[in-house]
Amino acid sequence: MSWDYVIKRFLLFLAVIFVAVTINFIIPRLRDTNPIEERLYQLAAQGGVNVSKIKELTAIYEAKYGLDKSVGEQYLNYWNDIFHLDFGWTIADRTPVINEIMRAVPWTIGLLSVATLIAFVVGTVFGALLAWPKTGNFVKYFVPLLMTLSAIPYYLLGIVFIYLFAINWGVLPTAGAFGFGVKPGWTLEMITSVMWHAIMPAASIVLTSIGFWGLGMRGMMITTMGEDYMKFAEYKGLKDWRVFLSYGVRNAMLPQVTGLAISLGTILAGSVLVEVIFAYPGLGNLLYRAITSNDYFLLQGIILFIIVSLGFSLFLIDLVYPLVDPRINLEGGENG
Amino acid sequence: MDKSKLLLSTILNSRLLTTGIILFLFVSLFGVVGGWFIDPEMADVGAGYPSQPPSWEHWLGTDQQGRDVLSDLLLGTPQTLKIGLIAAFVGVGIGTIFGFVGGYFGGKIDVLIRLLSDVFMTIPGLLILIVIASLLDIVSTTLLGFVIATFGWMGACRVTRAQVLTMRERAYVQVAKLNGVNDFEIIFKEMLPNLLPFIAASLTGATAGAVLASLGLSALGLGPQNEPSIGLTIYWALHYGALIRELWWWFMPPVVVMILLFLSLFLITAGLDQIANPRLKDKI
Repeated sequence: MSWDYVIKRFLLFLAVIFVAVTINFIIPRLRDTNPIEERLYQLAAQGGVNVSKIKELTAIYEAKYGLDKSVGEQYLNYWNDIFHLDFGWTIADRTPVINEIMRAVPWTIGLLSVATLIAFVVGTVFGALLAWPKTGNFVKYFVPLLMTLSAIPYYLLGIVFIYLFAINWGVLPTAGAFGFGVKPGWTLEMITSVMWHAIMPAASIVLTSIGFWGLGMRGMMITTMGEDYMKFAEYKGLKDWRVFLSYGVRNAMLPQVTGLAISLGTILAGSVLVEVIFAYPGLGNLLYRAITSNDYFLLQGIILFIIVSLGFSLFLIDLVYPLVDPRINLEGGENG
Repeated sequence: MDKSKLLLSTILNSRLLTTGIILFLFVSLFGVVGGWFIDPEMADVGAGYPSQPPSWEHWLGTDQQGRDVLSDLLLGTPQTLKIGLIAAFVGVGIGTIFGFVGGYFGGKIDVLIRLLSDVFMTIPGLLILIVIASLLDIVSTTLLGFVIATFGWMGACRVTRAQVLTMRERAYVQVAKLNGVNDFEIIFKEMLPNLLPFIAASLTGATAGAVLASLGLSALGLGPQNEPSIGLTIYWALHYGALIRELWWWFMPPVVVMILLFLSLFLITAGLDQIANPRLKDKI
C-alpha cells in the first residue's frame, strides 16, 4: 500500500468531517429566530420559566454557550469543542449530549449488526444457490419475491408488521427494547425480553435487505461459474459441495465482504426510521426525540457523531481493503 | 427499422421494464386521474365523521379528523411524485453536467468534482436533510424537492463520468475531434445519445431515493405540513396512534401505494440496467 493512497483517503476523511461540521454550524445560523429564546418560551408555556425575564435569561444562556461572540470565534470554538468530543448539553434536561449518545449507541449497534449479519448470511447463501446449476428449481421461484421485498423501505414493512403481529394477532410486543417490568442487567429474563422485542425490527430489516445481498451474490457467482478453475475442479472429480463452497462461493465472496464491511461501517446512519416506528431506544429514536423537543444541541451532536464515526469506519475500510484484495486499484478511482 | 421503433421494441422486449412502466403509470394515473373525480373538500378536516371504517360514502373510511382517506390519498400521491420527480431531474441534471465536465475536461476540475462527490457520498444525506428541515421551515413540496436534490446528484455524476472517460477515447469521438468539431457539439451530438439509458436509469433510481427521503422526513414530522402528501398522511396516522387503534383503512392505503411505487421504480431501473449492460440480461 502506498503512502500516497493512505494520505489521499485520509484527506477525504478530513474533507467529510469539515463539510459536515461546517454545514452543521451554518444551518442553525440561517434561522431568523433564536433557538434558546424559542425553547425558553416553550418551557414557559409548560409553566416552568418566568416569562417576564426571558430576554435576560436568553442573554445569560447566550453568554454561557458563547453565542455572544463573533461568528468567526464561534466557528473556532465549535471546532475546539468537537476535538474534545464535547457536543454541549441537551437543552431539555441539561445532561451532556455525549452521554445521551453513548447510552443509545449500544442499542443501535446491537440491533443493526445482528440484523445485517443475518441478512448477509442468508442472502449470500441464497444468491450462491440461485447461480448453482444443480440447485432445485423451487429456489428460483423466490427471485421475484426477493426483488419485491428489496424494493420496499424497511420502515413501511415495519408498519405492516406491527399491525399484523403486535396488534392484530398480539403475538409480539409493539414497541421498546425490553418489557416494562424487566430489570435491566445480564439476567436471563432481560436477555430473552430483549431478543423477543428485537424480532420485529430485525425481521423488517432482514427481509428487505436479503434481496440486496442475494442478487449481488448471484451476479458474482455467475461470473465465477464461467472461470476455468471451476471447470478444472469439476473435471478433477471433486465432490459437488466442495466445488460449490471452496471454489465457487469462496471466490465470489469478496465483493460481498466489502459490502458487509461498508454496511457495518454505516450502521449508525441506517436505522433512524425503523427505530422511530418501533420506539427502539437507539440513536434514531434519540434523534427523533431531539427533533420533537427542538433540542438542537442534541440533534447536531447526534448527527456529527454519526458522520464522524461513519467517515472514520469508511476510511478504515479503505485502508484494509487493498490488503484483503491485492487486485484493487490503488489509485482509488474506478478508472483512475 | 427507424430509431423510435427500435427503441419501442427494446422497451417492449424487456419484461422488467414494461411491467415497471405499467405499474408506474398505474400509480401516477391513480393520483392524477383519480383527482378529477373527487371533491378536494373531502380531504379537508371535518369532511365526515372522524375515524369511520370504509363505507359507501367514504370508500376508504375517514381519519381522526374526519378527512376522507381516499381523497387525501388521491391528492397526496401526485404531490409525493412531484417531490420525487423534481429532486430526480434537478439532481440527475446537476450530476450529469458535473460528470461530463469532470470526465471530458479532466485535470484540476475533475479532481475537485470527484472530491465533492466522494464527500457527498460519504455523508448520509437523510441526516443532513433532517438538520436542514428541522432548522429551516420547508413550507412547500417544490422546495422540498429542490432541497433533496442537493443529495441526489452523486450517482449520476459517477456513472456519467465513467462513461465519458471511456467514450472520450473511442474512434468516433476522436474522428469528430480531428475534424474540428467543437467540444460542445461532441458532448451533445456524439456522447449524450449514448448515455441516455444510463441517465434514464439514474433518473428512476434518483426518483425512488428522493421519494424515500421525502417520506422519511415527512414521517418524522419535518415535511411540508400545508400540502397533502403520502408522507404527511403516514405521519398523522403514526402521530394519532392509528396502529394501536387498529384504523387499518387509514395507514394501510398509503403504505400500499408507496410499496407499489417503489416496486415500479425498482423494476424500471433493473430493466434499464439490462438494456444499458446487455451482459446482465441473463442474470436477473
